[in-house]
Amino acid sequence: MTAELNPRFTFDGFVAGPSNRLAVTAARTVAESPGTAYNPLFIYSASGLGKTHLLMAMGTHARSLSPTLSVAYLTLEEFVEAFHAAVAAGQGEAFGRRFDAVDIVLIDDVQFLTTRLETQAELLRLVTQQLEAGHQVVLSSDRPPQEIEQLDERLISRFAGGLVVDIGPPEFETRLAILQRKAEERGVDFERAILSAVAAFEARNVRELLGLLNRLIAFQAVNEGALTTDGVRTLLGLEETARPAEAPAVAGTTDEFAQFVSTVGAALAQQMDSWRRRLHEARAYWEGRGYRVQRITGPLEQDTPVGAELLIKRFEEDVERLQALEQEMTLLEPARAGDPVFRDPDRVAEAEALVHAAKEGLAPPPGPSAAWAFEDFVGTGSNQLALTAARAVAEHPGTMYNPLVVIGPTGLGKTHLLHGIGHALSAAPGSLVACLSAQDFLDDLVQAMERHRVDAWRSRYRRATAFLLDDIHLLAHKEQSQEELFHLFNALLDSQRQLVFTANVPPRQLEGIDDRLVTRLGGGLVAELQPPDRELRLAVVTRELKSRQGEVDPDLAAYLADRPATSLRTVTGTVQRVVGEAELQGGPPSVAQARALLEGTPEPARRATPRLRTSGIVVSPSGGVRSREKVVWRWPNITDRIIEDVG
Amino acid sequence: MSLVNFTTREITCKIVYYGPGRSGKTTNLQYIYGRVPEERRGRMVSLATQTDRTLFFDFLPLELGSISGFATRFQLYTVPGQVYYNATRKLVLQGADGVVFVGDSQARQLDENLESLQNLQANLLEHGIDVREVPYVLQYNKQDLPRDLILTPQELDDQLNFRAVPSYGAAAVTGQGVFETLRAVSERVLRKLSEGAPA
Repeated sequence: MTAELNPRFTFDGFVAGPSNRLAVTAARTVAESPGTAYNPLFIYSASGLGKTHLLMAMGTHARSLSPTLSVAYLTLEEFVEAFHAAVAAGQGEAFGRRFDAVDIVLIDDVQFLTTRLETQAELLRLVTQQLEAGHQVVLSSDRPPQEIEQLDERLISRFAGGLVVDIGPPEFETRLAILQRKAEERGVDFERAILSAVAAFEARNVRELLGLLNRLIAFQAVNEGALTTDGVRTLLGLEETARPAEAPAVAGTTDEFAQFVSTVGAALAQQMDSWRRRLHEARAYWEGRGYRVQRITGPLEQDTPVGAELLIKRFEEDVERLQALEQEMTLLEPARAGDPVFRDPDRVAEAEALVHAAKEGLAPPPGPSAAWAFEDFVGTGSNQLALTAARAVAEHPGTMYNPLVVIGPTGLGKTHLLHGIGHALSAAPGSLVACLSAQDFLDDLVQAMERHRVDAWRSRYRRATAFLLDDIHLLAHKEQSQEELFHLFNALLDSQRQLVFTANVPPRQLEGIDDRLVTRLGGGLVAELQPPDRELRLAVVTRELKSRQGEVDPDLAAYLADRPATSLRTVTGTVQRVVGEAELQGGPPSVAQARALLEGTPEPARRATPRLRTSGIVVSPSGGVRSREKVVWRWPNITDRIIEDVG
Repeated sequence: MSLVNFTTREITCKIVYYGPGRSGKTTNLQYIYGRVPEERRGRMVSLATQTDRTLFFDFLPLELGSISGFATRFQLYTVPGQVYYNATRKLVLQGADGVVFVGDSQARQLDENLESLQNLQANLLEHGIDVREVPYVLQYNKQDLPRDLILTPQELDDQLNFRAVPSYGAAAVTGQGVFETLRAVSERVLRKLSEGAPA
């Protein structure tokens, strides 16, 4: 936050005269024994009379006498910016402690305290704290404390408690001394009379005086030795004789070329300094916002002018990129968005890599399974309500029924419907549908906790445009998962993202699930899937037969549909058995065969030619049973076995 | 063209006087030449025909000495005004840091002024320079001619100064407005220094 002390500003380089002697003496005394002589020291003067020079000289001098001293120089603007940045970052208190270890605090341009009440309070706190700790405080302003508008009385009395000194405009001798000193520094030799002529002009401040000297030097660069005191006055426009620009020039009366050179010199000098000014401004601005400004301060330490605009433009482009990255990171992993790399425009590549890595670790949440298409869900009679609700949700996600809770005993197609909704929602452009089982949700969370990446885990789901969770009852007594789900629920609901859950019982009957979740689930639409009626069974049987056989025997379908079933899984299981048996026998499935299989009626043709005299255990070749457990489809004819054994 | 060379600490400004034939571009340079102390001016190169029309171009180097630690040099060029020397004009315009358009104030020369202005824009564009970006001023020369023959600077501004750049009435023969014009264009060129310098 604090600016570097400019080593060019020293006491030796400060020309002391009657107008500023008191200030210089006080400053020197303070620098030599900080915290003891005049504390605080308040220096005020009009602009351009050397306040900043004195402040920096004090810092440099104090440090040269005692290199271990900690000196902080900053302008009030920098102080304000840093204070605001600290408050914005939630580190207002830490800001106050920043100066604890600073032995000398030099604050420039405090006149800008006008109307800034919070800053005044913070400054008052700082000054009081520094004084109590016996540390030196030096302030500068363009007017005395009591003339700073709306300045807190307590600050005025604090300031007045030390020493308040002013610097007056330099008188002739000081002006002359300054001119001589500066001419010497620039390696230019002027006759004393010439400098006296310049010094005779009552410059309001030292900058103005140096401006005159610059013009003189530029002029002398082309007219060595040709200067006269009168010429100097004319050249510098110290007399009111400048002719109007449009007036006809009379050749020879004025040295037009010299004037031209002088103009060019002044313009050039201004340009050469303007880069420095621009860089200082940019540095103060960005440093106040907490960015590393090495790239800007680097060139300032050299004397070679640089293309300030271009440099600042590139710097700002980098900062802009960093801001975008930081924002992205905040969404991905809030905890890592505070990484210093996002505040260093020289490390854009690193910041990019960081965000990239975060993204890598942030795979999209699991989506709906391809095995369950919405169209394949057979909706008739007993599950009509749930299907209608699902369609409404797919058409108006987040607004119609939110959350939608599909309940029903196992095997009725809850999972199918959930994934079907997931597919329907995924069709919308820009959608990111999270669709997973409660068990996967839990496992994923545990894994994230193990890897200390819970933030990333959260972001992963919070990015979802819809969140579909299967079998929420599996989260019973899983406190952490419920906690996370609760926050996720709220976050998504707030932003009108669709939520769909399935459960085996109505929310109120969910055991081991926190009340706050239960009530939230109950707040949406609870749609129950009923055990399949005949209509539904027929539809499912027909679909299953069609998918396996290509064609459907209406009698067989009707026979299978007539069989009672508590779940759709039973229905499809039966169809599988029948089809599997038929495949084994090398023919199409028929009602008779199905009846024999399902009801145990012996099959005449088969009994006549018993080719297989094995144990008779047949395992369905069509699989379809996920547990891979062996199912005995047909029990052996016990009578046959007994005869055989006896025989 | 690199205006500022930080390594050798040199500043070189190339300023081109542009305008229709006989508008007084060479006269501008001659007047300046006459005001430069001998040790500061290079040889003015002028390639003229027998009738004193500029055949190729005029070139006047000016050494301004060390300013802010930079050896500063101005190079003033004129282009031949006649329509058929466009290739030369294009060549001279290359790398210009600033342009002075010297217009002829005579009422009957207005079309020539316009034509030359359009030609300037076209040629700059061929060098990839947008006329809005190059430091540029206007000079209305021959303001010393009888009033009924010429247009006033205000009238000329209305006709020629589309971009509201600084404009100066001038009588290059007597030197009126010559240095004002040069100063104005120089200041504009130098103002671009901090923008264009390499980082």
